[in-house]
Amino acid sequence: MPNKTFFWFFLPTGLAMILFIGLPIISTGIQSFYAQHDQIVKEVKKCDPFGCTVSIVVDNEETSKIREAKPLGKFNGFGTYTDRNHLAVDEIKKFWNETDSFGAFIDQVTNLPFYKALIFTLTYCLFVTPNVLLLGFIIALSLNAVARKIRGPLIFGTILPMIVTPLVGSLVLFWMIDSQGIIGANIQNLMNDPYLSLKSSKTLTWITIIIYGIWHHSPFAFVVFYAALQTVPQEPVEAAIIDGASRFQRIKHIVLPHIYPVVTFVALISLMDNFRVFEPIIGFSAEGSAQSLSWLIYDNLVNEEVILFGSAAATSIMTIVGIAILLAPVLIRTWKEFRIAR
Amino acid sequence: MRKILVTLLFLIFGTSAFADCNIKSGSINILANDFPALRTFVETSKQCKGNADFKVTHSSEHNKIAVPALTANPSEFSARIAANSSIVPLMNQDLIRPLDDLVKKYGKGIQDSQLITIDGKVMAVAFMANTQHLYYREDILKDMGIAVPKTYEEVVAASEKIRASGKMQHPYAAAYKAGWNLAEEFVNMFIGHGGEFFKSGSAEPNINNAKGVATLNMLKKLSELSNPDYLTHDSEEIKVEWESGNVALMTLWASRSGTLLDDEGDPNITKATKLAGPATVGGGNIPAATLWWDGFTLAKNRSDADADATFRALAHAASNKKMVADAADQAVWLVEGFVPGPKSIGVIEAVKMKAKPYPMLPQMGLMHGALGSEIVEFLQGKESAEQALKDVEAAYISKAKEQGFL
Repeated sequence: MPNKTFFWFFLPTGLAMILFIGLPIISTGIQSFYAQHDQIVKEVKKCDPFGCTVSIVVDNEETSKIREAKPLGKFNGFGTYTDRNHLAVDEIKKFWNETDSFGAFIDQVTNLPFYKALIFTLTYCLFVTPNVLLLGFIIALSLNAVARKIRGPLIFGTILPMIVTPLVGSLVLFWMIDSQGIIGANIQNLMNDPYLSLKSSKTLTWITIIIYGIWHHSPFAFVVFYAALQTVPQEPVEAAIIDGASRFQRIKHIVLPHIYPVVTFVALISLMDNFRVFEPIIGFSAEGSAQSLSWLIYDNLVNEEVILFGSAAATSIMTIVGIAILLAPVLIRTWKEFRIAR
Repeated sequence: MRKILVTLLFLIFGTSAFADCNIKSGSINILANDFPALRTFVETSKQCKGNADFKVTHSSEHNKIAVPALTANPSEFSARIAANSSIVPLMNQDLIRPLDDLVKKYGKGIQDSQLITIDGKVMAVAFMANTQHLYYREDILKDMGIAVPKTYEEVVAASEKIRASGKMQHPYAAAYKAGWNLAEEFVNMFIGHGGEFFKSGSAEPNINNAKGVATLNMLKKLSELSNPDYLTHDSEEIKVEWESGNVALMTLWASRSGTLLDDEGDPNITKATKLAGPATVGGGNIPAATLWWDGFTLAKNRSDADADATFRALAHAASNKKMVADAADQAVWLVEGFVPGPKSIGVIEAVKMKAKPYPMLPQMGLMHGALGSEIVEFLQGKESAEQALKDVEAAYISKAKEQGFL
């Protein structure tokens, strides 16, 4: 396609992207550098049905004056990024100096909210992405091998987890693992421990969420792989059969190299999706044991009675940076291949 | 004939309570939490809407909507039914209007004790009170020869005894869901220990001390006697546990007593469900509970005409003797003419025992938020009480700095 055609072709999408993705990200970035003005409080008498007390309120007259002068708030630079609820630079330095073993240092660091969330998010990505690729590929291969007649219903059944709304899917599993639910109660019986709870143990909650993630995302990988498998040319496969290649050898040397670009694509999308893991945490009420970066943003925006825009903005920006770092190797590789291909 | 006359007279006077308040125009739009008493209250105010538009949004997510919706100008809602804690963000952002003039003009039936005044200005009109208190199963306690617990130490002892008898595996329940609910339990228990959340006259946190540690240890003891899934249980969930007969002692909101004692569910459990005042803890004499009021506030960013109409409709409900007589089961009404029934024992006992109201401080929401997420690991046995409290303070300080309180 000539560059000019491409430009006009891309323009509407590009404009929409700038308007709805680019500008909000810039605005988020700007907000992350600001904090609220110092609160001006005054002591007043408060009376309610239970009696009167002297306590403090925000002095709205004074505050509104400052707010009008500087509506964005107080410039804070990287203050929000480096505070304890985010990168916690000072705390980490302190832990490094105070702890005598590396294990103790790691313990202290992983106790900080941002790192706690980062570790869960990365663990989730690390376990879910490869398993989704593997499972999706295996399902695609098996379905490709069954008789055409029953393929339709089977494909529909396989993509069901993706059709089910994430929240509903996780709620169903959540009720099953309840200590009185079908899975929870059976595990208690099996382990002979009436106090065992999938929901209160951190490790078990993580495992549950990861299994849910694999279950929910595999159909996507499957659909893409299945489509790619339809394009595998039959001649080399037949030739390989004549040469006596086993099924495994055929997959390894013919099918996989053929669909390799698609694998990269699915890996990229999965990584991006998994890095933003959020719904299962809400669905499983797992806030206590598992927090992800997206959950931190949500928490800052809705769980407090005061909305922490600065904190949420800083975490958002760091999530974007995180995704960029995670995707960098794959992107660089694709770029190199693209250059060679040209 | 006399009977008919009496009936007629009764009808005439009876209906006079429904007479509309002569509201000619304006539009009324109310945001409220979702529980039976609030629905009754809003319905009652609707009776006198006259010619005004009347809309209401009942949502358990009301806290998330309130500030953005009232910040808009004109505001989406003309009134917001708030409580001690949820009025604070509205005050912080200057989103609600003083009601003095309206009270003077239209607030005839409203009692002085219902007025929430801040710095001499009426900011809200309360109509019901709430608290968390003990519920117990009379049959189980009688069988085991256990007296009704008055302190949390007795609750622990009683629960251990019930567990040892093999009757119930997890005899205690309270809303320990990580987040707001769990933090609320901490607040109650900490106040019961005589704690103050902030150093006097400042926003510096003050929970990492012996009282904080004692609070956490008590919460942990109670959690060990609860269903192992306690970190995911909110009020609704423990209500279900109770109605399935799995629990003998429970701390729950007074406003939920109506649904526990209604005709649904196992009649034997309902019959044996009894209410008691909130328990004390650690030898303290004030209960480990906080008193709450629910009341209405009016949005500032809304026309005076709408505020007028809204106030008159809501004031009609907030001074309605018929409503409090008909719905005496649903709440502890602060409205004149309310005769407390057996379901209001919890709140009345709490008031008698001089329970403290939930602290109405501008920075309290941040503390509540920090508590909800940082004490979980202690309950899971992953860190010490001191470390958990240190984490809460550190998390709070970062947030308070960002919000300009420190």
